[in-house]
Amino acid sequence: MSVTDPVSSDRQIVRLLQMGIVLEEVVEARASKHYESLTSREDYEPDPAIQALLEEAGTESAEHRERLEALIDELGAETVAFDRIQTLVEERYSQPDPDAFDDILYDQLHGEESAYKFYDDLIAAIEASDAAFSIDRDRLLDTLEAIREEEAEGVREVTALMSEER
Amino acid sequence: MNAADQYLKAIYLIQETENGPAATGAIADALDVSPASANEMIGKLADDGLADHEKYKGVSLTDDGIGRARDVLERYCIIERFLATTLEVEDYRGEATQIQAVVDQVVADRVDLIVDRQPDCPDCFLPDEDRCEYLEIPAEGGPAA
Repeated sequence: MSVTDPVSSDRQIVRLLQMGIVLEEVVEARASKHYESLTSREDYEPDPAIQALLEEAGTESAEHRERLEALIDELGAETVAFDRIQTLVEERYSQPDPDAFDDILYDQLHGEESAYKFYDDLIAAIEASDAAFSIDRDRLLDTLEAIREEEAEGVREVTALMSEER
Repeated sequence: MNAADQYLKAIYLIQETENGPAATGAIADALDVSPASANEMIGKLADDGLADHEKYKGVSLTDDGIGRARDVLERYCIIERFLATTLEVEDYRGEATQIQAVVDQVVADRVDLIVDRQPDCPDCFLPDEDRCEYLEIPAEGGPAA
């Protein structure tokens, strides 16, 4: 163990980008499972706002994943297969409670907030590092900052929907 | 995980292994820092009510310090387990140490949704091996890039 500069090599960047991909895949897979679990209930009454939120969350995470994959590809490493993460999510997924809407919204909020925090900390760690990476630093930071902004927007959207549902 | 968290984890593990206070030198060695740096941080931890430092005896974590150290250790276990089992990284211990500072608790909680951590975590952590006792070491030449 050592108290070191957190991001000082391509390998560390790769690992953290792979973690980012997995975070996005978890959001994508859980949004899909939430939707499936909602619509399979006998007493299900469609809520267009929640359906739209889950659909958008899945689409946005898939897009973020592709942007991170492009960075990882430039660094000469491999991504993390979505079907693998989807299986892990399904293995550990527990059915939402009868008050499923609240559970689902909280889970979406947790996903957006944790992703925002992840990108924010990663950007700060890269900015604080003097290390030279084999990927263009500006392109790396621009991509991460754009994704972070979209996560912040996601937090605002879920929070607004939670207020409306109450 | 900030520097204070890394100190808490190191002190906790030494305390557990030694069954008593952690010597400043041992803490500095574990973190690969100078004794002066270690002393400075130990002073901050003591000011924050997380550790007690007795001259010639060493450092003991307070109850608050132990609670936070166990949280930090759990977070570290999540990162290790994620690297070892999800990414199949051979040197998961070394790489967990390198990236732990960037992974906040809220992020680790999310990663924890897909890692198969045991209920007795972090008591299953082996300080000498720097890993969870249930974590099998991947075969050499694993697929991680």
